Amino acid sequence: MSERAAPIFLKFLRPDKNFPTVWCEGCGIGIILGAIIRAVEGLGIDPSEVAMISGIGCSGRMPVYVDFCTMHVTHGRALAVATGLKLARPHMKMIVVMGDGDALAIGGNHFIHAARRNLEMCAIVVNNMTYGMTGGQFSPTTPTGDPSYTSAYGSIEPTFDIPALATAAGASFVARTTVYHVMEMQKIVARALAKKGFSAVEVISNCHTYYGKMTGMKTAVEMLNWMKESTAPVTLDEHRREGKVPRGVLLDRARPEYGESYERLLKTAREDKARLLTAGFPVP
Amino acid sequence: MSVPARGVPSSSSDASMATVGLPPAGDAASLATSERHGGPGTSRTRFWDGNRACAEGALMAGLRFYAGYPITPSTEIAEYLSWRLPQEGGVFIQMEDEIASVAACIGASQGGMKSMTATSGPGFSLMQENIGLACMTEIPLVVVNVQRQGPSTGQPTRPSQGDLMQSIWGTHGDHPVIVVSPSSVQEMLTLTVRAFNLSERFRTPVILLTDEIVAHMREKLELPAEASVERWERRTPEVPAHRYVAYAETDDGVPAMASFGVDGYRYHVTGLFHDPHGFPTVAAPQIEAWMRRAFRKIEQHLDLISDWELTTPEQVFGPPDRGAALSAIAAYDTLLVSYGASARTAEASLKRSIERGLRACSLRLQTVWPLDEAFISALLACVSRTFVIEMNRGQMLREIARLASGRSKVQGVLRFDGEMVMPSTVLDAMLAAP
Repeated sequence: MSERAAPIFLKFLRPDKNFPTVWCEGCGIGIILGAIIRAVEGLGIDPSEVAMISGIGCSGRMPVYVDFCTMHVTHGRALAVATGLKLARPHMKMIVVMGDGDALAIGGNHFIHAARRNLEMCAIVVNNMTYGMTGGQFSPTTPTGDPSYTSAYGSIEPTFDIPALATAAGASFVARTTVYHVMEMQKIVARALAKKGFSAVEVISNCHTYYGKMTGMKTAVEMLNWMKESTAPVTLDEHRREGKVPRGVLLDRARPEYGESYERLLKTAREDKARLLTAGFPVP
Repeated sequence: MSVPARGVPSSSSDASMATVGLPPAGDAASLATSERHGGPGTSRTRFWDGNRACAEGALMAGLRFYAGYPITPSTEIAEYLSWRLPQEGGVFIQMEDEIASVAACIGASQGGMKSMTATSGPGFSLMQENIGLACMTEIPLVVVNVQRQGPSTGQPTRPSQGDLMQSIWGTHGDHPVIVVSPSSVQEMLTLTVRAFNLSERFRTPVILLTDEIVAHMREKLELPAEASVERWERRTPEVPAHRYVAYAETDDGVPAMASFGVDGYRYHVTGLFHDPHGFPTVAAPQIEAWMRRAFRKIEQHLDLISDWELTTPEQVFGPPDRGAALSAIAAYDTLLVSYGASARTAEASLKRSIERGLRACSLRLQTVWPLDEAFISALLACVSRTFVIEMNRGQMLREIARLASGRSKVQGVLRFDGEMVMPSTVLDAMLAAP
């Protein structure tokens, strides 16, 4: 192991947890975990102040390996749990990792409302275009026409554009990247974590075990090459991007953050109680 | 009427104050007399509906986080807390649905805040999965179910007790849970405090199972003095963070709970079966060990958890007077069993039955789960006839019949059409049966 890697490994991975990880060889989720760890390290955040909350699926297995305050909750509900924890402990950083199905199918409603509220948290959607943990069924991001274990004749469903959904719902920071583009991903995750608002980062990842195998990309390397070839920086003009999926920071705007709005509400409420008591109205 | 600024309610917003039945900003005289209190500042007597008493009881117990979704007939709890909870520095949030409400409560409770949500049948059904998560992760949580007639949309504005078994078994898998059922507005306050105390002490979800009658009726209640309210807190770890074992076997079955964001405690919380460190496991011995401890922590403490009242014409018995209650019941041949709103029916029925010369007494269950089976069986063995009064098709009835094991004739006086069981119906049943 390189000298540069060792300290981060020792500092951030749980020493008493069994390794190797539960993921397949070549799975992109490990790369995402590395980027998150390096972003937290780079921002100098105390691990005790970081909560990583996941839903169900292969991405859901991420938090157990890392020495933060970690929660592995019910399918689709991680953002709602994070909402509660963030409001109880506003000083903590919330990193919410979800798969494409967890975030956008069963969790779609909570994704929309978390973006709408704009409570500060960083949502990372691991988009591998499949339900991997359950064996390769299609998801709301599986490209139309692709076969899967529940689309034997090919999916007839249109897909979500995750950044467009997050933007329309009200997110402050929206980005898309892939597990091939590791350096870009790390910078994006760091910006997303530092953003005072709801950040949504889509990370295209490889499930070569299921999605790739069924669509002619049987290995991790083939899928990584596909990510390289089929995406292009959003900063390139559209002509040069030529129909490729745009990646990079797609939105970064200032919007009222829910926590700050709530602090003002608390002040109003306290003053209201004082006014009532002064006027002789008993509270309660 | 001014329109409140977006996201921030104006203190002069007549609309928001009117919603919770309170006077708008105005002259002091109207404020002081508007609710006809005993006098400004000193009297603790109130005339409230059950929902409001529940909400204020929660605050007295230390509630600091409420996440909920409106649903008849529980909505008043949310409305009142949207006004009161921020006044006490707490967090009120209306979530997008009931599923998110329990999820947010779980997050906040893990962060150290006492948390509650309130709902009714359809919402309670939605909440089941996450209630199971709270059981598995042993995160304290209070869920109020103001029962209405079901199934499905049912009768939103009419009472029932149809969710008793759902409160106990609603979430999948074998799991322990505590369910308490108030019968008066005063109890909506005191049993809510109890619900929080049990939840924190035993690290378990507690269901406050009430109904549209108790929730919406108005009665006189006494607000206890703040200092006199007994608050039980979750046990915090005595070892530093690096030596903390989140789900350790302990004598009483309840592990100490470290809150996230406090003193550097970091550990893994998961809905998967886990070892004492919180790491997922599929090893059968560890799964069995968790199951044993999870049930032990409740069953070993029935004396602390089980609340009941036995009323005879002479006396009222409660815990810890089990022995005295068992002696007293020997003089009677008929027992009424009830909980929640039906206990009011039982109370009236008992009075009338005594006037008619029947030798009857009444058992009111405040804790409807777990049941102190040994005690209840012993009571049932002393009487020849038992009548279970409830607004469902016989949910507690089946439990009582099971516990009687044939030693007492157990019958139900049931009603499940959105109306209360009438005392006259109970009396007819008592007079008719041999």
